[in-house]
Amino acid sequence: MAQLTHRTSSLLKPLSFALSSTRHLSSTTPITVETSLPFTGHNIEPPSRSVETTPQELIKFFRDMALMRRMEIASDSLYKAKLIRGFCHLYDGQEAVAVGMESAITRKDCIITAYRDHCLFLGRGGTLVEAFAELMGRKEGCSKGKGGSMHFYKKEGGFYGGHGIVGAQVPLGCGLAFAQKYSKDENVTFAMYGDGAANQGQLFEALNMAALWDLPAILVCENNHYGMGTAEWRAAKSPAYYKRGDYVPGLKVDGMDAFAVKQACKFAKEHALKNGPIILEMDTYRYHGHSMSDPGSTYRTRDEISGVRQERDPVERIRKLVLAHDLATEKELKDTEKEIRKEVDDAIAKAKESPLPDPSELFTNIYVKGYGVESYGADRKELRAVLP
Amino acid sequence: MAFGSLRRIERFGWASSKLEQRGRSIVRRLSTFTEVDESKKNSSHQETGKSNKSVNLFSAINQALHIALETDPRSYVFGEDVGFGGVFRCTSGLSDRFGKRRVFNTPLCEQGIVGFAIGLAAMGNRAIAEIQFADYIFPAFDQIVNEAAKFRYRSGNQFNCGGLTIRAPYGAVGHGGHYHSQSPEAFFCHVPGIKVVIPRSPQQAKGLLLSSIRDPNPVVFFEPKWLYRLAVEEVPDKDYMLPLSEAEVIREGSDITLVGWGAQLSIMEQACFDAEKDGISCELIDLKTLIPWDKETVEASVNKTGRLLVSHEAPITGGFGAEIAASIVERCFLRLEAPVARVCGLDTPFPLVFEPHYMPTKNKILDAIKSTVKY
Ligand SMILES: Cc1ncc(C[n+]2csc(CCOP(=O)(O)OP(=O)(O)O)c2C)c(N)n1
Ligand SMILES: [Mg+2]
Repeated sequence: MAQLTHRTSSLLKPLSFALSSTRHLSSTTPITVETSLPFTGHNIEPPSRSVETTPQELIKFFRDMALMRRMEIASDSLYKAKLIRGFCHLYDGQEAVAVGMESAITRKDCIITAYRDHCLFLGRGGTLVEAFAELMGRKEGCSKGKGGSMHFYKKEGGFYGGHGIVGAQVPLGCGLAFAQKYSKDENVTFAMYGDGAANQGQLFEALNMAALWDLPAILVCENNHYGMGTAEWRAAKSPAYYKRGDYVPGLKVDGMDAFAVKQACKFAKEHALKNGPIILEMDTYRYHGHSMSDPGSTYRTRDEISGVRQERDPVERIRKLVLAHDLATEKELKDTEKEIRKEVDDAIAKAKESPLPDPSELFTNIYVKGYGVESYGADRKELRAVLP
Repeated sequence: MAFGSLRRIERFGWASSKLEQRGRSIVRRLSTFTEVDESKKNSSHQETGKSNKSVNLFSAINQALHIALETDPRSYVFGEDVGFGGVFRCTSGLSDRFGKRRVFNTPLCEQGIVGFAIGLAAMGNRAIAEIQFADYIFPAFDQIVNEAAKFRYRSGNQFNCGGLTIRAPYGAVGHGGHYHSQSPEAFFCHVPGIKVVIPRSPQQAKGLLLSSIRDPNPVVFFEPKWLYRLAVEEVPDKDYMLPLSEAEVIREGSDITLVGWGAQLSIMEQACFDAEKDGISCELIDLKTLIPWDKETVEASVNKTGRLLVSHEAPITGGFGAEIAASIVERCFLRLEAPVARVCGLDTPFPLVFEPHYMPTKNKILDAIKSTVKY
């Protein structure tokens, strides 16, 4: 929580102008918004399209998503400048999933995901500095610089990370959910995976266990319609991922609409605590290529990408709602974006100051006590071992 | 896949000058080929059989796959994104030429891919499966170890999957991090019933891959992805095979024997050059096939030099170097003048930020050569 306060406090800025101006809504006055599309259910009655929110939440959604968007654009530049090495997968386009989900749950609920993890980490209370430092392999990073882009974690935030092997995190999510159920603490786990990952055998093993033992596990398929360069329909006989649990109920959600995501996650949490697992298929889109080596334009048309940007962009959707409810002016939102830019730049500058991890870190965290091995000398070719 | 393109590979880090050392100097030497009977050839592809062109490693693999599909109508190539050419372009042009029924994309499901390939091979076909990175072969580990390797034995020779070849890019690339860098060969060397083959250069890659595809046993073929674009050498256009389970002395010397495979050989070769400046004469052997391996060639060399150094990128403990060391100590105990040296990856996960520390670098090898010779 502590990490979030920084962001929450700067968030109050746009809010205070919203309140000090002539506008009549107080920050907590309920507003009802309609989701863009109805939900489609599989073996379950879907929730209503009307979602309760507040001016405060609307502005927060805008700010959080704009911040995520900016972070990913900045990561792209850092990668091109070779400050980020290794593999890097960006989340821009999918922000509504992270933000909507977070608004419906608590930090006691767990989230576990694959390698496209930067924004989920921010949502769980991670800071920009921790994120950028991790991306650049620095000591201040959320995994001490040892994980990199694909391996963000945040224990206090209930964020179980950041996994590299496609599909492998989903059974882990069931294990988390079992532990939650056993301790009767009324929390749930969101196990996230992609449309490509949905074809891994592990998914079905996980589903069966979750259903067999009525685990409070919510399987979230972030369907961005491509697994690397492969369109969903080329890899899946049925790309209706919300139905693929067969005996497990499912819900198809517009993943570009943060309020639809919020409604679905709230619904799923209640369902899971009472009845066991449910699948949420989030219909979403990634603007960037799969990873930094993929220009992202050879297996889909530029029209497709610009069409999504124009018609379904998650940040623009919220901007429109904020303006429609007269919660801020266009200029105020632009100013917020400027502030965000600065916040991101400052975080990058700070992350750059962080040193690389100490070379001895190469040998720590392998076992509890480590080998007690150190390397030194040119090329680190000398090893010194001390019994742990 | 379509987006793989050269761009991907460049950004993968191949262009940096440090990496260039790797592969460039790799031994360019023509070895003995098993030429495939000229009379059986009819396509234009093979009529140009006499010419050699400079090609890189991924193109050499691509040539081998073209030839494999062309020469045997019962051969198939499949894997994640291979229909689009694969992330490293190894399969480009294949589906256009041979059709989507023989060259196709699979869903993202390694265990399924290999299990499917075993079944296909059991029907008498050549199943050439690609695992996108060797790091992703583990979901298929059970299929390889328990199904593929033992099929012939446990069915009393009624069934086999000898037509199975699994290709996977392995090894470091400079900054691949935990899951795009590993060298898992030793896991598979513990499994009687499969062969493990790793080429060091384009010419080797083509000949060894064709042998692996045509070998009547299941083969796991690891390709050094660091060299896909970096290693360039003359590769005969024609259809040729290089023998499996035959090591090759690629540099003769008298003071110490160095044994390695794949991308590591070019690093070892640089250490040999440097050692030579200090008056140490190194013999360098490319093992090529890890199981079943050519003990005789290594033994003969160690009997000549009296010293052995083994080097690989995989972690030292339980690496295949340990097997070589034990076997050679057993065979050459009285001839050895120093303990067998192993210069390998460290016993840590493959690191993101400390790759140069982890790697068995030239300097580490050079130091080990010197201390072994001085022992
Ligand atoms: C077991 C395994 N196989 C292959 C890969 C290589 N790979 C990484 S991401 C990816 C595509 C996954 O697509 P999807 O699940 O849709 O997730 P997205 O990238 O769209 O978020 C592939 C094939 C891997 N990491 N692990
Ligand atoms: Mg996807």
